[in-house]
Amino acid sequence: MRITGIKTIMIAAGLMLAGLGNAAHAQDTAPGVQVGNETVTAAASLPDPTLNPDGSQKMGESADIGHPIDARFGLQQQVTDTGIEAHNFHNYILMPIITAITLFVLVLLLWVVFRYRAARNPEPSKTSHNTFIEVVWTVVPVLILVFIAVPSIRLLAHQYKPAPDNAITLKAIGSQWYWSYEYPDNGDIQFTSNMLKEKNEVTGGQRFRTDQDGPRLLAVDNRVVLPVGRPIRLITTATDVIHSWAMPAFWMKLDAIPGRLNEKTFTIDKPGLYFGQCSELCGARHAFMPIVVEAVPEAEFAQWVRAKGGTMPEDKNAPSTAAPAQPAADTVDATATPAGGMGVAAPAGNTVDATTEAVGTTQPATGN
Amino acid sequence: MTDTAVTPSAFEAAHSDHHAHDTEHKPGFFARWFMSTNHKDIGTLYLIFAIIAGIVGGAISGAMRLELAEPGIQWLPMLSGEEGDAALHFWNVMVTAHGLIMVFFMVMPAMIGGFGNWFVPIMIGAPDMAFPRMNNISFWLTVSGFCSLLLSLFVGPGAGTGWTVYAPLSTYGEPGMSVDFAIFALHLAGAGSILGAINFITTIFNMRAPGMTLHKMPLFVWSVLITAFLLLLALPVLAAAITMLITDRNFGTTFFDPAGGGDPVLYQHLFWFFGHPEVYIMILPGFGMVSHIVATFSRKPVFGYLGMAYAMVAIGVVGFVVWAHHMFTTGLPVDVKMYFTAATMIIAVPTGIKIFSWIATMWGGSISFKTPMVWAIGFIFMFTVGGVTGVVLANGGVDDYMQDTYYVVAHFHYVLSLGAVFSLFAGLYYWFPKMTGKMYNEFLGQLHFWVFFVGVNMLFFPMHFLGLQGMPRRYPDYPDAFATWNSIASHGYEVMVAGMAIFFVNMIWSLAAGKKAGDNPWGAGATTLEWTLSSPPPFHQFETLPKID
Repeated sequence: MRITGIKTIMIAAGLMLAGLGNAAHAQDTAPGVQVGNETVTAAASLPDPTLNPDGSQKMGESADIGHPIDARFGLQQQVTDTGIEAHNFHNYILMPIITAITLFVLVLLLWVVFRYRAARNPEPSKTSHNTFIEVVWTVVPVLILVFIAVPSIRLLAHQYKPAPDNAITLKAIGSQWYWSYEYPDNGDIQFTSNMLKEKNEVTGGQRFRTDQDGPRLLAVDNRVVLPVGRPIRLITTATDVIHSWAMPAFWMKLDAIPGRLNEKTFTIDKPGLYFGQCSELCGARHAFMPIVVEAVPEAEFAQWVRAKGGTMPEDKNAPSTAAPAQPAADTVDATATPAGGMGVAAPAGNTVDATTEAVGTTQPATGN
Repeated sequence: MTDTAVTPSAFEAAHSDHHAHDTEHKPGFFARWFMSTNHKDIGTLYLIFAIIAGIVGGAISGAMRLELAEPGIQWLPMLSGEEGDAALHFWNVMVTAHGLIMVFFMVMPAMIGGFGNWFVPIMIGAPDMAFPRMNNISFWLTVSGFCSLLLSLFVGPGAGTGWTVYAPLSTYGEPGMSVDFAIFALHLAGAGSILGAINFITTIFNMRAPGMTLHKMPLFVWSVLITAFLLLLALPVLAAAITMLITDRNFGTTFFDPAGGGDPVLYQHLFWFFGHPEVYIMILPGFGMVSHIVATFSRKPVFGYLGMAYAMVAIGVVGFVVWAHHMFTTGLPVDVKMYFTAATMIIAVPTGIKIFSWIATMWGGSISFKTPMVWAIGFIFMFTVGGVTGVVLANGGVDDYMQDTYYVVAHFHYVLSLGAVFSLFAGLYYWFPKMTGKMYNEFLGQLHFWVFFVGVNMLFFPMHFLGLQGMPRRYPDYPDAFATWNSIASHGYEVMVAGMAIFFVNMIWSLAAGKKAGDNPWGAGATTLEWTLSSPPPFHQFETLPKID
């Protein structure tokens, strides 16, 4: 059931892309000649909500979330449900247990060193067996491990919960040495994300990092924008060698392997700027292909998607250039499709912003 | 044949006469050290080789700590003589060389080749190893492997694949001959280890003195026997995997190339099927040594001998079915991750049995804190610290965060650099009088321990915090937020090097001017057969087999 659902969406998205492609392409290549463009800098007909009018980033790093902090002892603060669960499991179950075990061994060692030193205990005992104590130190660790295993297995089950139908898909493609991103559910949005160099490292007008972009070695030119509160289906792959898409604040690390598609789901709870770094040795500039996610409210995400020339899945009901060809009836979207019919701009009404802003995106799509 | 049949008495007379001299008859320098068939000489060669490799591997880690002392790239261009990406590639070359050298050319040769060769035959009451010439070629194959690894630096840009040599970085991503030479180094060292393993298994099964049943065997012999089986079963898998790398690189096969129907993850499964037993290969002989040392200096027999022996067997067996916990982020299905989480945690049980049995051995004992004992106690505690972080990492759901961060680096340096290496130093001080006939300097030995102990903890403990804040491994430069702990770690390296300087002064001074050691300098607690021989033992021991009751 899930598979047919995904397949339907993918085919529908693919067919839609065929229609959307030209319009979006025209916007990218000929920004100056767009009719109705209010600002010269904006490439699309809608302004990118994540950028200031001068093209700089609106959102800077927060004080304490989403990036490493110097001289800290513990984990980064978590902003996903599974991340918080794993964080609590680590901090409140694993850490106390391993600390207690380590201190227990230390105390035993210090005690035998003190009590049984030759000066105090000149005659050693000859004891070399005690079945009871041997059974105890076999069984007690087993019980402790069972106590750890239960929440551990539960955490795994939660981490692997499949993405619901309304999930936004983010495809991260690793290459030496940058990430490319695609939003297959949102039209043909795709871009590459390169680390921003320092001011003294760039030549001739090239863009360099500013403090607004983020910390050194972590800032990128094009950030991944994702909605808060909506499940994200992350799909990773790679074009050359293995990379790994890692985001500590999401408790997320998924290898990007050539020839494979890996999938994981997460939902971001807090808007903010989140930094991660490639986590599988991938060659010379392994340390210089960071990952930046800008999590924004869903309405702003939809705006960003449209500014990039894409569509929200909810919009599919409106333009629905492709929908009638698809027989699948098991998705929410598909049930609404027959009513819409080809070429009829029926409002989907799934969310408020989808209806209010559907006009902006249906125009390039239907206009083709 | 006919000769002996005709005049048996004459033969026997000549033979026994010959024997009397034979025990001390040593061949000339070249024949003795380059064509050796004597297990003690080969053991010495292995130890010297491991120390040299350790110096090289340790120097490389020093260069890495220098670069990591502050954020930004400061030293790589100077160290590599290159600029830009070539300099950054040199970082990966250092990471790779440090890992391969320390694993294959320091810890393994020292533990198995060095102490195993020296003391397994003596402890079971055998005159030598079962296949003395094979023993010799095992050593020289290891040396050849080291040379091949060093050559890899000069035949191309150097192998920057990491010690795991993951495809496709090692196939598609690294042109030139360097990776081929590095892989060939593993082939050679692996072949040497397989031959060595066969030798140990044959020796231990067939050459035990009368009365030395398996259940009376010293624990160090048990540990080497189990290690030899792990080597014999795991190394051929590595050999197969890296041979496939060679053919993927040079002969157009696509075992690990998805474009030809292969799969990069297949390589990881093959590698870690070897790689996980490998980590036990590096620590089990240390377990054996520590058992002897703790018993000797507590003047008590080992507590729970059978439990200790079979705990090692259990670690060896379970060690073969936990490999994919190194691959938790490769997209394994959820039930596979659940299985490997559970199986991995099970290893904590036999490991716990060993820790508690060592403490129980000391309990009620009359403990003297000679240098080997201090190292052994340090080992028990540091190995516990490394072990409990292993329990954290065993959880597949938690490991998504820690995988490939400095938390993992801290974990495996606690079990290896503070575990295996502490046991190596414990063993070296313990057997130094037996091997050389001279006592080491007790004060310098103690000083070495404390300086080294402080140094390595300063070096590796902050890495836990770096990992928890998310710093990835194998990075030549890091965001400024990782600066404090990296700086402390680099200072820790300096302290550790000071400790090593004390060690070398002690070794040189003791070899040159150490007090003469008696047959058994450790007293009543030392009960294994090596202490019944002179120090150093005769060139050939046990011409008449000892009887064990």
